[in-house]
Parts: sequence; C-alpha cells; structure tokens
Amino acid sequence: MLTAILVMVGIAVVIGLALGWSAIRLKVEGNPLAEKIDAILPQTQCGQCGFPGCKPYANAIAKGEADINQCPPGGEDGVKKLAELLGVEAKPLDETHGVPKPKSVAFIDEQICIGCTLCIQACPVDAISGAAKQMHTIIAAECTGCELCLPPCPVDCISMEPIAEDLPHWKWKHPVVMMKRVA
Amino acid sequence: MSRELFRFKGGVHPPEHKTESNTRPVARAPVPSVLVIPVRQHIGNPAKPVVHVGQPVLKGQLIAAADGYISSAVHASTSGVISDIDLQPVAHVSGLPDLCITLVSDGRDEWIAHGPLDYQVMTPAALRLALRELGLAGLGGAVFPSAVKLDPGAAHPCHTLIINGGECEPWITCDEMLMRERADAILQGVTVMRHLLGCTDILVGIEDNKPEAIVAMQTAATQLDFAVDIIAVPAIYPGGGAKQLIYTLTGKQVPSGKLSTDIGIQVFNVGTAYALARAVFQGEPLISRWVTVSGHVLRPQNFEALIGTPIHTLIAHAGERSGATGVLMGGPMMGMTLPDLSAPVVKATNSILVKSAALFPPLPGALPCIRCTRCADVCPAELQPQELFRFAKAGDFGRAQEYHLFDCIECGCCSYVCPSHIPLVDYYRYAKSEIWAREKEKRAADLARERHEFRQFRLEREKKEKAEKLAAKAQAKRAELTAAPASEAAASEVDAKKALIAAAMARAQAKKAEAEPKNTESLSAVTQREIEEIEARRAKIRELARSPLESEKNP
Repeated sequence: MLTAILVMVGIAVVIGLALGWSAIRLKVEGNPLAEKIDAILPQTQCGQCGFPGCKPYANAIAKGEADINQCPPGGEDGVKKLAELLGVEAKPLDETHGVPKPKSVAFIDEQICIGCTLCIQACPVDAISGAAKQMHTIIAAECTGCELCLPPCPVDCISMEPIAEDLPHWKWKHPVVMMKRVA
Repeated sequence: MSRELFRFKGGVHPPEHKTESNTRPVARAPVPSVLVIPVRQHIGNPAKPVVHVGQPVLKGQLIAAADGYISSAVHASTSGVISDIDLQPVAHVSGLPDLCITLVSDGRDEWIAHGPLDYQVMTPAALRLALRELGLAGLGGAVFPSAVKLDPGAAHPCHTLIINGGECEPWITCDEMLMRERADAILQGVTVMRHLLGCTDILVGIEDNKPEAIVAMQTAATQLDFAVDIIAVPAIYPGGGAKQLIYTLTGKQVPSGKLSTDIGIQVFNVGTAYALARAVFQGEPLISRWVTVSGHVLRPQNFEALIGTPIHTLIAHAGERSGATGVLMGGPMMGMTLPDLSAPVVKATNSILVKSAALFPPLPGALPCIRCTRCADVCPAELQPQELFRFAKAGDFGRAQEYHLFDCIECGCCSYVCPSHIPLVDYYRYAKSEIWAREKEKRAADLARERHEFRQFRLEREKKEKAEKLAAKAQAKRAELTAAPASEAAASEVDAKKALIAAAMARAQAKKAEAEPKNTESLSAVTQREIEEIEARRAKIRELARSPLESEKNP
C-alpha cells in the first residue's frame, strides 16, 4: 500500500519537474494566438478598431479584451475568419467602429502641398515620400488606404481616390442566374 | 502502325459542325485600314510600348518589348503610322478596355528587313531570346510565351514532345486547315522544338474526324530525318485538352497541381509549331494567325488574319447575315461572348463564332441542382462538379480548393450535360477569381505589416541614435571645458555644467545683440523730428481708415 503511494508520488514529482523544466526551456516567445489573429487582420493600421494598429488589436482579442467585429477594413469576411480561428460565433460588424469602404489610395494635390512633413510622420507604413520644404507624394503601391494622413495636413491637400477596376484587377462576379419558373 | 491508346474518363460528343468551314480553302484576309494591337496578348507581363505616336513603322517592326521573364514582344502587323497608344476595347468578357497601340496602315504592307535564324549555330539561350523578341506565344488558347516553354530546364529532362492537332471543340477548323495546307512548315517547327528540348519521342495527336489532315501530316513526316509518330485519336470533347491528349497518347496522368514538364512531357499546338517555323526559317515575327469564322455567316471559312484586325471586319469578309444574336471568340463550349465587335484579333483568337437563335437557342432558366451527378460522370479531370458548385455558391473557397478546384480546365462538359441548365463553369471561374484576389490581398497585407514593423524599428533606432549623439556631444563639451583650465582639475561635475550653461547663455546674448538695431538710442535732433513727422502721418492715416469713405456717406 505504502509502496503504491510512494510510486505515485514519485511519478508526480518526476512529471512536475519535467513540466517545470519545459516551461522554462521550451517557453514560446510572444503570444502565438495573437500572431495568428494578426495574420488575418488586413494590416491597414487605421485605428478604427480603437487600438493603435493591428498588432495591439490582435493582442487585445487574444487576451479577450476586444470583440472580433471591430475591424471595418477586414469586412464580414475578416470577422468570419476570426470566428473560425477562435471557435466562436461570427457576428455582424460593429457599426460604431465604422463601415467598410471601397479600397482607396491617398492622393496629394501638389499645387497645395506646403512640404510640412506632418503626413509623413503620420503614415504607419511610410508610404509618403518627401522631406521638409520638398514636395510630398504618396507611393500608391504601398498606401493601404488607412486615411491617417488626412487629419494632420494643415492645408487639407490629401484626398482619397477609390481604386478603379481595370483589366488586370477584374474579378469574375458571383453568377446571377435566371431561375426557371415552374409554378 | 498500331499504338496503344488510352481512353480518359468522361468527355461528351457535341455535334461537330466542322464541314461548314473546312470545305473552303484558307483566304488571306485583306489588310484593314486601322489595326488595334493590344500589348497584353499573352500570359505574364504585358509588353512595354517602344514606339511613340506619329512614328512610322514597317511590317514586323517591334512596337512593344517583352517585360520580365514570362513575357513576349509585340510587332506591327503591317506598315503604317502609329496613331494612338491608349485604352481601347479588347476581347475580354468584362468589356473593360486595355492598353493598345493603334496603327493606321499606309497600304504598302512593307516588310522590315528580316532573315532566317541560324538555329543550329546559335546557343539555345540566344535562340530562345530571339524567339521571345519575335513575339512567339502558344496559339492553342493559353498563349503562354513559347520561349519559356522551349527551355527544358535542368530539373526534368523532356523526353516526349506532343504536337496537339486535336482541335476537339465544335465549329473550329483552323488547326485542321493548317495541317492540311502547311504540314511541311509545321514539321519544320517541330524540328526546331526537338533541337531545343532534346526530346526522343515525338508524337502528333490528330482527331480521327480529320482524315485529310492525318494523311497530309504523315506524308510530310516521311521527309524528316527523325521519327515523328502521327497518331489518330478518337474524336471526343475535350480530347484536344493538353492533359487529356497526354493521357490518350501515353497513358500518363499529370499529377494534380503539377505541370506536364514534371513528368517529362511538353505539348505545343500545331499553330505554334507553324509560327515557330516562320520565325526561324523566315525571320518573321508573330503578326498573323489562322482564324475560323463560322456560324451564322454567309461563307464560313478560315482566314489568315493579321493581329489587330477588328473582329467585325473579319465577319464582314465572311459575309454578315441579319439575325445574329451574339458573337463568341472561341468555340461553343469554352468560347467567350464578345461585348464589343470592334475588339481586335489577338494571338489567342482561334475562332469567331456568330450565333443565331436557330444555331444557339437561348438556354432555359436554371433549376436547382438535383444531385444527379451527370456532371461528375463527364468531367475529364475526374473532379466532382456538383460539390465544387455547392462550395463556390456558398463562398466556401477553402473546401473548393480541397476538392481540387484548380485542376478544373473549364472545358464546359459539366454545364453541357446539366439537366437543370446551371451555368456551372461560371461558378468555378468566380471561385478561382476570388481565391486569387484574396491571395493578392494577403500578400499586400503581409507587405504592409513588414513596412509598419520596420517603421516602428526605425523610429526606435532614431530615438536611440539621437540620445546617444546628445550624450556624446555633452561628454565632448565637458571634456573640452575641463581640459582648458588644468588647474581646476578638482572642479566638480556641477561646476563644469554651470560653466557650460553660462558659456551658452553668453553666446545667445551676443547673437541677440548682433540682430538688434543699434541706432534707436541718442538720436540727433534732425532724426528725431523726422521720426515724429512720420509717426504723425501714420496716425492721420489710421484715423482716416477708421472713418467711412466719402462715397459711402451719401449713397
């Protein structure tokens, strides 16, 4: 009887030590769940979710501090993917954080720009090229359409241009089929 | 010679309609007055224009250069003057325009100086570069730049070369006529292909509904000094599909998601072989191709048409008829409805099919899917169309990919047999399109994340560097000041700092004094009086500005 207890306690101690050692030696840096969530988010870094960027929002979702339907650029599709990842119910987008807008790219009116660099400091992906008292211009290929450059501009020279659909970016649309009337 | 042939699963037998257009000899379509040549005619990057508006060009002159590895050049189809480089309607189902080079013909059809390539002396790389510069692309439908396909690559040796003379789609006869009338040239092209790829087995697959073509090719093959197997394959749609023809002739299946070159087989269309022969033995770039014009026209036939010919011009040459309900580019199974007939003939245009209500009765409305699986029975890629339809409709693209959506060749056999008349292929095209668009977005998002993270890192780095610089500067200044008065070696940190601050303040005072006007004190009487007069004048003007104008006082 005693040997049985001693054996069980011994096994427990060994497993406990093994777990303790692996908790230190095999510790994972960062929060893997937050990284998986960040991989789904659209990386617009716009702040509409209420957090200063996509990574902070991902961290908040991983900690359970934020809901999954706060990202308008991700759209309904993003909410669905997050719901699938976290194993929760998908819900409609929270309108208080904004509505999904068509993809746009910022454009600086060069006649008005005064070269103050305030927009350059605001852009989260460094998509504006320029320097103090030099012409500023948006690098269209890198612009994510987050609109963070619009408020700081003192002369209001930045506008958002929606991306028009051209041949290389054209997509087949969901077929709309005429159903046959049977009754 | 008898050779074991294999029968792929599925396929359908739509009515062939070949005799309408294969009884007349091929005609050379007249040079149109205006040619519209798109720069995007092939898979890969569109070509970049190298001419400017107003420039005169000769027939065969390079007008757009290949851009990137998977790309092909574009040439002027006749001599004339470039009138525009802008967006024009092209043959695309969306109706969106694309960048085209518009060429106004001068009527002379004058060739640029050109000559044969010494292909046996040139290095393979040089020959492939020359073919790329001559605009060679696959004419079987996919329009893949041929120079890339003619590179065997070190990974998998290419032992079997298959020349595709299948032409399984109804109504289309351009490849059949090419084999009947240009068999020698086709096999000349095959000679060059064999030279570049080093294949040992060369097979030509021709459907057995083209007996004259088979005889013509067999006769031409006897003139060659290497063996070419001309094989008649059973006529079935889509037996001319590359993967289907490979299976029929060799019994080998291309694994899902892989290319035929991964099993050592390369396939080229007979039209591509012919264009290759023209390129190597005459030095002619790809500026024309054989096009079938059939269906609801007076004289269905094949034309040798210049690239850039407006499609309505070709229809007019074949004899336009009233009662046309639409025009397809391609055949009835895989063809694309042309939204605009001013779109030009491009390298991919194998056929123009004019529809009428009698030939192409309008489809009845669709009914729900009844899971009869007739579509699965006929799918030549051995897929499950009913499942793919269900997933595509629901937007479940992950599952669609699990069911091998990207192995679908969009042949249309499934929608052909569907008793509910559901346009199945449109759903697969939609699903593929969405998946590609999402992958693109994901790549863009990953790039944006990288840029954002680098920006965070850069800001941190700048802060650190600034702090370090200031600390270093302070250190240097302190060292300077403590170095001069050596006797005060025992001076404390605080005193040294105080000295620094005092010195800085003195410098600032001096600078301020410099900037101040120095002539405002102890003025002479004359200057003082002048100043008083000016001040009085200013005061008077201020008074006047405050009181209303004379004109306003009495309206």
